[in-house]
Amino acid sequence: MSRFHFPAWINPLLPAVAGFLGIGALYYTGLFAYGVHPLTSDVGYRPEQPVPFSHALHAGELKMDCRYCHNTVEHAAKAAIPPVGTCLNCHQGVDKDGQSPTVAIHVNSNRLAPIRESAVTGNSVLWRKVHDLPDYAYFNHSAHVTRGVSCVSCHGRVDRMEVVEQKATLSMGFCLTCHRNPEPSLRPVDEVTNLAWEPSEGQEDIGAEVAASLKIHPNENCSTCHR
Amino acid sequence: MASISINPGDNTLETPGQRAALVTGSNTYQSVTDKVCLLAEKPRIPPMYFVALGISVIWLIILKFCIIYLLTTGVGVWGNMSPVFWGWPIVNFVFWVGIGHAGTLISAILFLFRQNWRTGINRAAEAMTIFAVVCAGLFPGIHIGRVWFAYWLFPLPNTMLLWPQFRSPLLWDVFAVSTYATVSLLFWYMGMIPDLATFRDRATSRVRQIVYGVLSLGWTGSARNWSRYEKAYLLLAALATPLVLSVHTIVSFDFAVSQLPGWHTTIFPPYFVAGAVFSGFAMVATLLVPARVLCGLEEIITIRHLENMCKIMLATGTIVGYAYAMEFFIAWYGGNPYEQFAFVNRAFGPYWWAYWTMVSCNVISPQFFWIKWCRTTPWFMVIICIFINIGMWFERFVITVTSLSRDFLPSSWGYFKPTMIDVLMLIGSFGLFFTLFLLFCRLLPVVAMAEVKSVMPPHSDEEPERVYNPVH
Repeated sequence: MSRFHFPAWINPLLPAVAGFLGIGALYYTGLFAYGVHPLTSDVGYRPEQPVPFSHALHAGELKMDCRYCHNTVEHAAKAAIPPVGTCLNCHQGVDKDGQSPTVAIHVNSNRLAPIRESAVTGNSVLWRKVHDLPDYAYFNHSAHVTRGVSCVSCHGRVDRMEVVEQKATLSMGFCLTCHRNPEPSLRPVDEVTNLAWEPSEGQEDIGAEVAASLKIHPNENCSTCHR
Repeated sequence: MASISINPGDNTLETPGQRAALVTGSNTYQSVTDKVCLLAEKPRIPPMYFVALGISVIWLIILKFCIIYLLTTGVGVWGNMSPVFWGWPIVNFVFWVGIGHAGTLISAILFLFRQNWRTGINRAAEAMTIFAVVCAGLFPGIHIGRVWFAYWLFPLPNTMLLWPQFRSPLLWDVFAVSTYATVSLLFWYMGMIPDLATFRDRATSRVRQIVYGVLSLGWTGSARNWSRYEKAYLLLAALATPLVLSVHTIVSFDFAVSQLPGWHTTIFPPYFVAGAVFSGFAMVATLLVPARVLCGLEEIITIRHLENMCKIMLATGTIVGYAYAMEFFIAWYGGNPYEQFAFVNRAFGPYWWAYWTMVSCNVISPQFFWIKWCRTTPWFMVIICIFINIGMWFERFVITVTSLSRDFLPSSWGYFKPTMIDVLMLIGSFGLFFTLFLLFCRLLPVVAMAEVKSVMPPHSDEEPERVYNPVH
């Protein structure tokens, strides 16, 4: 009668089946963890630049406005990486007559050598892009900074960074969180580049006020960003 | 209940006071088992089987190469082009999902209505359902273009914070079809367990003993086994019954919920369900008429079974014909000029040939089944059933393509032409379907033996000591 029954040796295989399912569960957990891990979205990316430019010094200590260098940010999609000429406004070396301009800081610094070289040769300094969105995602800086979205919302406290690093995931979910509920990220437009700004009253009230006065109704269509 | 007297002769005749035999000839329980197991146990398979399997596998391979070409090149290999973005892939999907409906209807609804004739055909019909759903599931999967994102069809948490559109019937469809596939598969497999145990017990080779032994999950045939089996079967039948209606209703929503003239009609759900059952029965008959000869099952899948299927086809085919007429009536009665244009264009526009193919195959051909000769002559039945299947494919083509090709803006009107890849993939999907069905015929019990025996009269000549003793 034994052949009428389930073969007994199948039973020891059950742990193997359970193990297989367990591995499957682990695989999908791992896949999910990989998908949400900061490294996947480049959070913490802080490349060395050709010139060790310190935002903490310039934007933090010296309180230079972001727009002094990133001057296109209010008018264009891209926030420009400044040309060498912008650096030279302060860091210009001596001219051929041995004269230095009125403002001349660290004119002979070795660290600034690539800047001076670029000024002579006309070749760009090869700056590394830190915050890089995928090519299929359209983003416009001017649409955000002129509507009360501060630099700090996406870039973090750059005014405290010696080396700029990516703080936010910049994932689609990151964009949509704000597009679906913009009020917590809105502030008066003239405080947009003040990274240290704190709401004096409740953020909800300020956000709602800014949203109402600027008629902010963020788009959530696919074609808003994927054009 | 008194003892049942059986009319032993022609089982298509209705004799008052007698029940027609559902198994003809002088069959015993033993001979039924022998016959059903024949093809699976036969040392020498009929050459016809290999010819049929060979042709099917060749088309399956062609389908495979078409899919590889599609995936490496893109959906441009199809004829889908503005304004007809839903071309043959969707037509084929709806066609195959529809085919599947007969299996669930036979296994669930006819079971609940105690239609005992279902026992002869339910196993094969359920198998056909699953294979049809496999073919159907293929097309939306490859139609999305980037198949590696096929999991986006399901609502899974993701870093984009995006979900499928829950208000879209296309998402409901994902759930409807996957539920349908799961329940059908469970129902089919569970119903097969006693028969798999029979295969196991008759197996002579060690491999067969082990494979069927594992598949039959240790079935012993004890009273406890049977009691649980019957309960589970009833429960699954009750669960599957709403699916017969819901699946094609939701498939019809893919069209009806949109606002395109010719699609946006309330008649779609019942009309699609009737059409699905219609085409499903046509496919069951197309498969079973040759299969009953190939497997030597003429006395188990009798003329009466085939005749009953013809009657269902006549009924559902007439419902479909009524629906066609009603669409035109409502287009006229509703007074909407766009709706009217859509329907006039269907019948007399550039796709008139498709429309009239559909009408003649779906409305006219089943009417032959009013005549008894047509219902009881297998070869004629197969011809009509093939026409019905052609007609039902064209129905989906007409609905999908004629409406889309006449967009709201005349400037974007177009004429859809399929490419060779479209054609090869449609035929290839039949290759997949027939390959699966032929393997099923060879490897698994084609007829639910245990259930067929329950509708046979007890044979006192075989076991004289056991007298049928009905409970009063």
